Amino acid sequence: MKAAELIQALSDAGRTPKQTILRSIQESGKRPVGCFPIYLPEEIIYAAGLLPVGLWGGKTSMTEVDRYIQGFCCSIMRADMELALRGAYNFLEAIVIPTYCDSMKSLLANWGIAVKTPKTLAYIIPQNRYSSGSLDFILYQNEALRTSLSEITGRPITEADLEDAFQLYEQYRAAMRRFVAMVNDYPVSLNPVNRHLVMKAAWFMDKKVYTEKLNTLMDALLKEPKETETGPRVIPTGLMVEPVKLLEAFRENHFVFVEDDLAQESRQFRTPSRTTGTVMEKLAYRLMDLRGDTFFYEENKSRGSRLIEAVKQHKADGVVVCMYKFCDPEEFDYPIYKKELEEAHVPILYLEIDPQMDSVEQLRTRIQSFAEMLNK
Amino acid sequence: MEKQSSKQMLNDILKRHYEDAQKAKAEGRPVVWSTSIAPQELLEAMDLTVVYPENHAAAIGARKDAPRFIENAESEGYSADICSYARVNMGYANIKHSDAADIPMPDLLFCCSNICYTAIKWYENLSKQLNVPLIMIDCPYNYSYSVTPAAVAYIKAQLLDAIGKLEEFTGRKMDWDRLREVMRISNETAMWWKKATDLAMAKPAPVSGFDLFNYMATIVCVRGKQEGTELFKRWYEELEERKAKGLGPWDNAEEKYRILWDGIACWPYLATTYKILKKNGINMVTSTYPESWTLLYELSDLAGMAKAYGSIYASLSMEYANDRIVTRARNFQIDGALFHSNRSCKGMDFKQYEFQRQLESELGIPSTIFDGDQTDPSVFSEAQYETRVQALVEMMEERKQREAMK
Repeated sequence: MKAAELIQALSDAGRTPKQTILRSIQESGKRPVGCFPIYLPEEIIYAAGLLPVGLWGGKTSMTEVDRYIQGFCCSIMRADMELALRGAYNFLEAIVIPTYCDSMKSLLANWGIAVKTPKTLAYIIPQNRYSSGSLDFILYQNEALRTSLSEITGRPITEADLEDAFQLYEQYRAAMRRFVAMVNDYPVSLNPVNRHLVMKAAWFMDKKVYTEKLNTLMDALLKEPKETETGPRVIPTGLMVEPVKLLEAFRENHFVFVEDDLAQESRQFRTPSRTTGTVMEKLAYRLMDLRGDTFFYEENKSRGSRLIEAVKQHKADGVVVCMYKFCDPEEFDYPIYKKELEEAHVPILYLEIDPQMDSVEQLRTRIQSFAEMLNK
Repeated sequence: MEKQSSKQMLNDILKRHYEDAQKAKAEGRPVVWSTSIAPQELLEAMDLTVVYPENHAAAIGARKDAPRFIENAESEGYSADICSYARVNMGYANIKHSDAADIPMPDLLFCCSNICYTAIKWYENLSKQLNVPLIMIDCPYNYSYSVTPAAVAYIKAQLLDAIGKLEEFTGRKMDWDRLREVMRISNETAMWWKKATDLAMAKPAPVSGFDLFNYMATIVCVRGKQEGTELFKRWYEELEERKAKGLGPWDNAEEKYRILWDGIACWPYLATTYKILKKNGINMVTSTYPESWTLLYELSDLAGMAKAYGSIYASLSMEYANDRIVTRARNFQIDGALFHSNRSCKGMDFKQYEFQRQLESELGIPSTIFDGDQTDPSVFSEAQYETRVQALVEMMEERKQREAMK
């Protein structure tokens, strides 16, 4: 198959989460477990013989959730709760919810009362990753998750299961990093829309199948001549970039996402795993070693300097701030890295995004103006 | 000599609190900025001067001086959707003066995440912006009725880390005897705080609940000091005396309805929110918030302290939070509840609808919710508040009549 067809196939998979999940269930014979944003040790779920799938909200009318949570809450959390209350997640075996912010903690509190199916598993994260007690706390959470999942499947998760899952995910993460880097040589084929949808598909597929497909895609693409694009070379930063209509506005203006600093994308896989220790320890250290991320406390926060470094490395024209409305942690980070970027003369495009918005016209205009300002 | 009233003591303490901080700064001694329910025992035992930005922001809010600080913070990129205490404090870090009160700039930051994770981001930013070290003690969420042993171990490890960092910062060793003494004092102050606020269980309550909001500023800043113990003991004695005489909250009005207030006070409209309640004969007898300072623990080791700080209701399951509010409603014999949907505090807000249902289904207690903010004056509407309070009065009256028929 040609690269374009492979890109199309994975983009389609990323565009239609539910169908992709159902197909993955059918093909793999595995039972699905929903994974809430932002970071979870998916390897443990995979090692249990279950299929981890991402739950990143989506556009939906909100009626049920209004009985629990006010409107000024993160739209992803609200959408996920709405869908759960309407029974849209009943096909899942369980849902794992971590605790990265106040909204997630409150959502989890309500969830325990309001959502009876599927089974809810909490994954409690430590915000302090520098303490002598941090590692033990994460290991405790990992073991608790392992026990809960074993109860669901009725079989223990062995060390060998964990090792296999870990190795597979290492290959997956390596493939993702390679894919992100390839955008620079193939910015037309891997335009912002395709780039996003191909990566998003990973959330809904068996990682083994996905990694094979992604590697095949990249191998096919490498056989084709390198491409050039005329628009701004930028680094998006934030939770994620959606809806697709918004990404289309970037594509129309020939933007190239030379790298990303998005929770849904590179922050998931950019931190290399440690090479020593048990699998559980390596999983814990990946959370502990993640830097420049909004959702963990970080001493002398490094997000700004990392963005500046990435801009230099890729000779990028600017940074696109994708600010999801009511995302407190992201909103707190912004004034700090904004100042650092300004001091380094890095142009910034600030977009406030509400995933429930009907029209992206205003944002489209701002994207266009930003490109014009950069003379691209 | 006549005993000083608790109100006088309160005013003196607060005045001295801010003066001492300025004096420390002027004399070159370090000043610490701390979150409101942090293990201040460690700082007190190290003889450090501490001020509390949340207290300070509330004082600025009550003085209606918040908007210029908020505008300053927003001009730097802070979103109007984040906690207004944080916005006021970030603005203050630039402007450095308010007629409400002044605090010296910090040499050390001390943050405990048991109140919220927002505080982590806030202090992380302060640390970066002011280039000041930060000691962060994280209290994780518990998807359970009580704090888990894993969480206790994690918090205790951080308390020990914090002691090490404080020793490094001050160049002095921790005096463990002094720490034990401060822990003892802190427990005693917390006990008198609880005893005093619990007197509002009496019918009529010998105290107007809005006093809780005034006294709260001191439970935050002198919990570990002997003067704190004395203040709340004195307050308790005064209220006990009023109770013995059968006196209600006011000399010129009767307590017709007793309510629970959920959420932080609406500081810019403290007088307005109070007067409208009083006009309707409503006394706020209890609140979900001030109880957070009833931090009682075994004095023997740091694990007990870790557990107490990790057990704030924000960190526990909804089942726990529900039981807590229902028990409170029962103990204080409330007729209704008023929920402040405070745009600054998502952690508290997002439990309110469930609390309303619980009070209704468990005890048949009516409630209402109004929009406001702890310091940003642009959110609150007096007309909305008054309408909601009137609706609450009608519901409470209907309930009273129903109860009378039984």
